[in-house]
Amino acid sequence: MLKTRIIPCLDVKDGRTVKGVNFVGLRDAGDPVALAKAYDAQGADELCFLDITASHEGRGTMLDVVRRTAEQCFMPLTVGGGVRSAGDLVQLLRAGADKVAINSAAVANPAVIAECAAKAGSQAVVVAIDARKAGASWEIFTHGGRKPTGIDAIEFAKEAQKRGAGEILLTSMDKDGTKSGFDIPLLKAVTSAVSIPVVASGGAGSAADLAPAILEGGANAVLAASIFHFGEVSLSEARKALADAGAPVRPFE
Amino acid sequence: MPTLALIDYGSGNLHSAERALRAASTLCETPMDILVTEDAEAVSRSDRVVLPGVGHYADCAAGLRAVDGMVDALETAVLQRGVPFLGICVGMQLLADRGLEDGETAGLGWVGGEVDRIKAGPGLAIPHMGWNALQIQQDHPVLTGLGDDPHVYFTHSYGMVLSNSDNLAASTEYGAPITAAIAKANIFGTQFHPEKSQRVGLRLLANFLEWEPV
Repeated sequence: MLKTRIIPCLDVKDGRTVKGVNFVGLRDAGDPVALAKAYDAQGADELCFLDITASHEGRGTMLDVVRRTAEQCFMPLTVGGGVRSAGDLVQLLRAGADKVAINSAAVANPAVIAECAAKAGSQAVVVAIDARKAGASWEIFTHGGRKPTGIDAIEFAKEAQKRGAGEILLTSMDKDGTKSGFDIPLLKAVTSAVSIPVVASGGAGSAADLAPAILEGGANAVLAASIFHFGEVSLSEARKALADAGAPVRPFE
Repeated sequence: MPTLALIDYGSGNLHSAERALRAASTLCETPMDILVTEDAEAVSRSDRVVLPGVGHYADCAAGLRAVDGMVDALETAVLQRGVPFLGICVGMQLLADRGLEDGETAGLGWVGGEVDRIKAGPGLAIPHMGWNALQIQQDHPVLTGLGDDPHVYFTHSYGMVLSNSDNLAASTEYGAPITAAIAKANIFGTQFHPEKSQRVGLRLLANFLEWEPV
């Protein structure tokens, strides 16, 4: 049986993690490679790096972070942030990413999804959707959630699948940072509209918040940042909470 | 030092496979020289061969055939000299008679079967992406010591349907059984990615590096 993936997500700027990370027993050095190793040792099922670097030089630094992480962590690595073209995707894959998340560029020009899938296969192409409730539906925002697009999130998810996306990383902007649990209605709406895997993001505040995203929301994976970084929830607690609720997890000793 | 040829034909997981093989090599008693190569001559002389692969079947098949003399060199090393061979993901699928992703593409035909879209049960997403349990179907040196209930990382929409079930080394369950690993004489292949499967994956790669097919 396929297991629920638990995915810690690190925000990286100019080669350093920006949100503080504070594991028990590991001082925050801000080095994403050291943090990736710590998550690897705890049995993360996958790791996500979100590059929030604005500069061009920063992109080279990010490639180096990906390369150094991939040298030491033998787990799947998704990298997102500022990916504009199939060329950007190929650079990240060559550096050691397994999947690349495309956000603003995919919304501005959905053809880029097909270009990326043709270049590297659907399994390498994640379309990241940031959605906020608008009346009875959800609207997509881009540019780190600053720019409304008027595009319906559910329709766009379907289009992303049609154009060759292999996975959707779905962030609820209403829930992000609230620690009040994932947006189950949004997850349900998207997972019932597409047949590719969906990663739930935004709102995890405790270990108990994880299972509903899978069991009610229909997601295949849960992504979280702060609850893991600040040691509020360990990966083993997350695995136990999911398993106790009836969501299968990978055994890890 | 014995040499392992890791075939470079533009596959996306080449460097991940290289890093993991180097790490696995440190678990072995005998060091292995890991040579990333697109040189057919080097492959035909090598002591072990790994063929990686991700993405589209037809693209990978075309990419492999585009390397001058590579298919002949592989056949010399693997089919004539009998050196241990490992195919990963599409690198395993290429051994089949044919692939059916967007039309029919001829494979190498080393292991009878074809590669078709996986038929997951209702409500199961495709690609089959994530960690799934390995059901070992035969005692095989490459599959030893993986621990209780080993899990490995899969990411694929197509799977290999074998003509001869004797070649099935391991399977996994995703609504229906999926071919997870194949074995035939000195040939081994995995649908999953050992280079991304943490400890279990490194153990499997180390097993491959030490495997002496009889």
